[in-house]
Amino acid sequence: MREDVTARSLQRSTGSYDPSLEGYLGDEESSSLMTRVGQAAMIVSGAALVALAARKRSWSTLGLAAASAPLIYRGATGNWPMPERIAQRASDVVAAVPIETAVTIGRPAGELYRFWRQFENLPRFMKNLESVTEIDGRRSHWVGKSALGLKLEWDSEIVEEREGALLSWRSLPGSDVHNAGTVFFEQATGGRGTVVRVSLDYQVPGHFLGQAVGKMLSGTTQQQVKEDLKRFKELIETGEVPTTDGQSHGTRSLIGRIHNPI
Amino acid sequence: MKAVCWNGKTDMRVETVPDPEILNPRDAIVKITSTAICGSDLHLYDGYVPTLKKGDILGHEFMGEVVELGREVRNLSIGDRVVVPFTIACGNCFFCKKELWSLCDNSNPNSWIAEKMMGHSPSGLFGYTHMMGGYAGGQAEYARVPFADVGPLKVPDGMSDDQVLFLSDIFPTGYMAAENCQIEPGDTVAIWGCGPVGQFAIQSAWMLGAERVIAIDRFPERLLLAQTWGRAEIIDYEEVDSVLDVLNDMTGGFGPDACLDAVGMEAHGTTFDAKLDKTKQNLKLTFDRAHVLREVIMACRKGGTVSLAGVYAGFVDKVPMGAAINKGLTFKMGQTHVHRYMRPLLERIQNGEIDPSRVITHRLGLDDAPWGYRTFRDKEDDCIKIVLKPDGNGHFHAHGGNGHSHSHGPNGGNGQEYDA
Repeated sequence: MREDVTARSLQRSTGSYDPSLEGYLGDEESSSLMTRVGQAAMIVSGAALVALAARKRSWSTLGLAAASAPLIYRGATGNWPMPERIAQRASDVVAAVPIETAVTIGRPAGELYRFWRQFENLPRFMKNLESVTEIDGRRSHWVGKSALGLKLEWDSEIVEEREGALLSWRSLPGSDVHNAGTVFFEQATGGRGTVVRVSLDYQVPGHFLGQAVGKMLSGTTQQQVKEDLKRFKELIETGEVPTTDGQSHGTRSLIGRIHNPI
Repeated sequence: MKAVCWNGKTDMRVETVPDPEILNPRDAIVKITSTAICGSDLHLYDGYVPTLKKGDILGHEFMGEVVELGREVRNLSIGDRVVVPFTIACGNCFFCKKELWSLCDNSNPNSWIAEKMMGHSPSGLFGYTHMMGGYAGGQAEYARVPFADVGPLKVPDGMSDDQVLFLSDIFPTGYMAAENCQIEPGDTVAIWGCGPVGQFAIQSAWMLGAERVIAIDRFPERLLLAQTWGRAEIIDYEEVDSVLDVLNDMTGGFGPDACLDAVGMEAHGTTFDAKLDKTKQNLKLTFDRAHVLREVIMACRKGGTVSLAGVYAGFVDKVPMGAAINKGLTFKMGQTHVHRYMRPLLERIQNGEIDPSRVITHRLGLDDAPWGYRTFRDKEDDCIKIVLKPDGNGHFHAHGGNGHSHSHGPNGGNGQEYDA
């Protein structure tokens, strides 16, 4: 009885299921639940809450630490510490997180398009990408990095391409990360080159905690995409990506060692 | 190698760290022969600028010998003597092409922090905060110089380190601040702060055609240098009731045509707003003490120009915008576009128009840097400018400004206790 109530309230709070995404992401996968991304996120956010509590040593953060236990459990085992049926129903939902960002690069659209279309180039500026291998003219295999050294793999196919103007893709069934997006190359005003605009949807796990974490991550991911685009600009304009990784420094504090870059 | 590392508020330590390595194709490694402590390093020393990390190597005024080159640097050779601009610029982006080098779009690997704080990111800087890139600085035996094909200036044979070192920052900074005054024939320029940048601003104001230069400070040795070397009329603000009244009297009621703030975020003052700022800064309610910013606005003549060279870090309040608007003032400011000024100013040094070494009061070894920071911050020992010599040939103080030397110092007396 109590279980049913809990389950209903969990379902209510999950909210925004977008049926239109189902076909996009592949039937099989849209109902599949926690991707490994979500799993890693669970562990990381759970661990972060514990770390926060340890640092602040206050009652409220101790509460947070307690709340983080299920996150870590879920991340590590793939199961919520609750009856299976509730967990199952609670997470039977997916939501798409839209990301939009743009950067202006002082080069012609055609050049940027060609660089991007050589997917092997992408790991040079996309920080969480290890490699991209072309399978055939339309499909490619992607290997990404995530927290805790987890490897994420997916296949992607080109949905639409217009030389020098746009490139659209989506991930294929069986992927660890479901995503679909378009990159537009538009002439900038004032002879300033090309505006590169990225529009991206990716799937987050559907249960209410997942959604909360998903929302948190969407900010992070938006930021990630923005920084990737910035690195694209840097690489194209200067021939290298500026870095301080590996430079000399004196003795770091404990926090300084684990927390980068500030 | 040895490097001067920030370890928290007013805690500088000389540490042994790994030698720098080439990380990118356009990098160079420079063996440093001279490096200086800048007034803006003191803002870091005092812990007033956010996003610094313990262990960061400071220093953004340096020069030396090229010892290693990345494969894409073709305009330099091993063994070249170079001065390195403190702003790091790619030379390829929209801003670099407009000669707005300190606004380079591509040199700050942590641009996202700056974008969150300021909307957009300026260029990376050596030895400054992580918001500005977190690049290791030049108060060390070696430094890695990114975009070395764009920034470093080759030093002509026969010129000494002391003559050209300040092309890395304070001479161009003083010059750009004076240029920002938009000086016209007949103009009176008032300059707040007679530290090294103020001194170069005074020199530059004359070069750019000012008819009168008025300098404001409270330290006798700095006012003396402004008067003797700088030929400026001077105001000791602690000796007068109101700087505004004095400036109005001196200019027959007009006010100076251009007012230049070479002080920035750690302004001292005797007025109520200055004391309130100090209290707020102590309570961490603000990064900045903006007393001079307010005073330049109030002092400037109608339709005049305010030039800001001093560093501000965050948000300032009680700025008299009403006065600025209603008097129709023009504001010019920014981190220095060093690359733009290095060559023309080098020529002025070669022509004998100016001897930048006049501001040097202390020459120390790297080991004495912690003492140097404290002494410079507290304006003790008549300190105006400290040059560090990583090869160890420092250890003496000499007043470039007025020609006498000191017998006491870090190694002779109480200095050792400050060493790490």
